[in-house]
Amino acid sequence: MSYLTDRKRVAGLGVAEDGMKHWVLQRITAIALIPLTIGFLFPFMKSLGAGREAVLETYSSSFNALVAIMFFIVVCHHITQGIQIVIEDYVHYRRRQVRLLLLNKLFWGMTTIVAVFSVAKIAFGA
Amino acid sequence: MSNAQQGKRPTSPHLQIYRPQITSVLSIVHRITGVGMALALILIVWWFLAAGTSDAYFNMVDGFLTSWFGILILGGSLLAFWFHFFNGIRHLKWDAGLAMSKIQVQKSGRIAIVATLIATTASLIYVFGGL
Repeated sequence: MSYLTDRKRVAGLGVAEDGMKHWVLQRITAIALIPLTIGFLFPFMKSLGAGREAVLETYSSSFNALVAIMFFIVVCHHITQGIQIVIEDYVHYRRRQVRLLLLNKLFWGMTTIVAVFSVAKIAFGA
Repeated sequence: MSNAQQGKRPTSPHLQIYRPQITSVLSIVHRITGVGMALALILIVWWFLAAGTSDAYFNMVDGFLTSWFGILILGGSLLAFWFHFFNGIRHLKWDAGLAMSKIQVQKSGRIAIVATLIATTASLIYVFGGL
């Protein structure tokens, strides 16, 4: 042990996996969400409580539906990455951490599919 | 050398005796608002699912989201959104290596708070004011 240098001791451990890709993608999704959140939020806020007819009308517009679909795909990716960091920071017991990380990806992957399906169904005439 | 140091390193921050600063408070609020909005997003997806399903299902979900409890959750999420939005831009600037001095970081933090309050008020007027 004492013959190992610090560099040698840590090589292959820690973040030397896909941390860089995670970091870059989190920034890319963040930048994409600047226009997408604004574009999603305003028609959505106006549709809340306006009745189902108005909602179907709003999202039968290709523009509103496409912005909503893009928003849901990108935001679910951004959320997956954010929750992953929170789990990695606060859950130290490795087995539980891995279980939660898998559950996190599964849950937000499914949420993306439900969201895209729902908006598409409205856009194609629910 | 490395082994001698292990176990002697400082384990900061000691939260019980840590004086909150604008930088550390906004940092943890960024994380809290992120996780909180994730929960609100589930409700929004549920609302879209219901809108694509039937009148009865939609009225149930829409009624819940526009009840006082739903408005409280969504209004809180709106505040959380604008904070995460402006504070996120702050983070993106730092990632580009800009505006990282102590004075600049404190100033941009105050700007993010003011911008959050203005944007939240403006969006509430947009929703309820019939603009």
